[in-house]
Amino acid sequence: MNPRLLALGIAFVALVTVPFWMPGIYYVNVASQILFYAIFALGLNVLVGYAGLVSLGHAGLFGVAAYATGFMLQSGYGHPVSIIVALIVGIASMAVYAVLALRSTGIGFIMITLALGEILWGLAYRWISLTGGDNGISLHTRPEPFGYSLASPGTFYYTTLVVFLLSVAAMAVFVRSPFGAALRGTRDQPRRMNALGYHVWLIRFWACLMSGLLTSVAGILFVYYTQFISPQTLALTSSAEVLLMVISGGAGTLLGPIVGAALVVTVKTVVSGFIERWNFLLGAIFVAIVILMPEGLVPGSTRLWRLAWHQMNQKPKAVPAKGTLGPPP
Amino acid sequence: MTALTVTGLNKSFGGLHVTRGINLSVEPGERRLIIGPNGAGKTTLFNLITGEITPDKGSIHLFGQDITKTPSRARPHMGMARTYQIITLFPRDTIIHNVSLALLGLSPARWNPLIDIKHQGHLVEHARTALERVGLAHIADRPLPQTSYGERRRVEIAMALAQNPKVLLLDEPFAGLSIDERRDVHKCLMAIPRDVTIVMIEHNMDVALEFAERITLLHFGEVIVEGNRAEVVADPRTREVYLGH
Repeated sequence: MNPRLLALGIAFVALVTVPFWMPGIYYVNVASQILFYAIFALGLNVLVGYAGLVSLGHAGLFGVAAYATGFMLQSGYGHPVSIIVALIVGIASMAVYAVLALRSTGIGFIMITLALGEILWGLAYRWISLTGGDNGISLHTRPEPFGYSLASPGTFYYTTLVVFLLSVAAMAVFVRSPFGAALRGTRDQPRRMNALGYHVWLIRFWACLMSGLLTSVAGILFVYYTQFISPQTLALTSSAEVLLMVISGGAGTLLGPIVGAALVVTVKTVVSGFIERWNFLLGAIFVAIVILMPEGLVPGSTRLWRLAWHQMNQKPKAVPAKGTLGPPP
Repeated sequence: MTALTVTGLNKSFGGLHVTRGINLSVEPGERRLIIGPNGAGKTTLFNLITGEITPDKGSIHLFGQDITKTPSRARPHMGMARTYQIITLFPRDTIIHNVSLALLGLSPARWNPLIDIKHQGHLVEHARTALERVGLAHIADRPLPQTSYGERRRVEIAMALAQNPKVLLLDEPFAGLSIDERRDVHKCLMAIPRDVTIVMIEHNMDVALEFAERITLLHFGEVIVEGNRAEVVADPRTREVYLGH
């Protein structure tokens, strides 16, 4: 059997049975967090990995979707309406980001998204009538689609898992598609893509909207998980954190952002219970990743594994037979 | 009707006048060679024709249609394709993926996020045909980092040919090639049917002269000499500014 398929099968079974083998409810909640941060990272990866556009303002979009959900619920609307409005608001915000930031690429794109993210953070902090300012917005209930209450950690986990698997499947289809190929083309050779008849700007714009959709979905899951949203979620550190998830796991790979999200969330929540200076540990891990596998954990370990496999299979040949010329002593 | 007409084309970058009132008219099916010393404005002329830079003055017509203001991304859809002097390929992908991207560029399927590019039978088939024309079909699935410079030059040409252009602009297709590779490229250029009009920039006179029917000599952004092979080679101004003997 294909080892890749086998590994994915094991991962799938492990994910589905999480509530049964995790030592407690706390860890099931951590697993939910990993999953919605992974969706967030997948969304950012569309831009960072496949479009070559690094955004430092994605926490702003994540937060906008979360705030929109909270605001709609607070205003007395039901869950379905709130979720749909939040998705629309999130994608529309991304469209504004894209129109402004796609005027440039590289450093220019980073700085414009950074500025836009800070503006959203500022609005969340100061527009008190809308956002509650520092006090944030609290949610009192989680949705109950078709009578299936998401109030318990287990049910919430399964809902997040379904959304997560759908997101991964969508990404898997996307990266193999002509549009995915075109997007990667605009990352590697925008000038050539233009000369081949592609509308480079529009391709990037659509990619931004796709990234905005996944980011909004993650933001909505987040706000239902914590049942609270405050300006802190939109801060620059959150944008940097999700960018680190993407880069540490492996930008431009399907599984990289998921592994990165698992790493960051685990260190932040679980390991921080044992080590007070978990920030230091996380920093040390990132430095180690940069030194040992600068392409990210997933492509890096694949490379090392292949290397080891190759050397293991080579060894018998490398030993010189008696009487032949071996390497000099 | 001419295939490509350039009228009074002007372009300057600040105080540098790189193109000064260039007039050019290429007949359908013609093989036109553009020569000139370094900095004569040959590649700039190509960039103007393909729309990568916009002219300050003048107009460009493709089969009688004014395309001066047409965005460069729309010109391939009208039958214009080019290759680059500095190889501009997708370095992380296979040869066939590079050619497939060229094909997709003209297909509405390029917006489709839901189908698998590898399962598009006709796309793969067309890409293979284009690679056969340049003699690379046997290594179609090879990743680009594992190919030689000469092979990459031919991938450039295959990508342009895959788009089935009416006007093909070749920017130094022989640059940096060994004598054997030059022969291969020459063979695949000679095999291009006459319904394709070709404008080529080239310094390598032995292969280029054999290929071209008419030659345009550029110097400091101006057309100095234009005519058929014999006329241009015999012209004293050609010897003075270009051939140097």
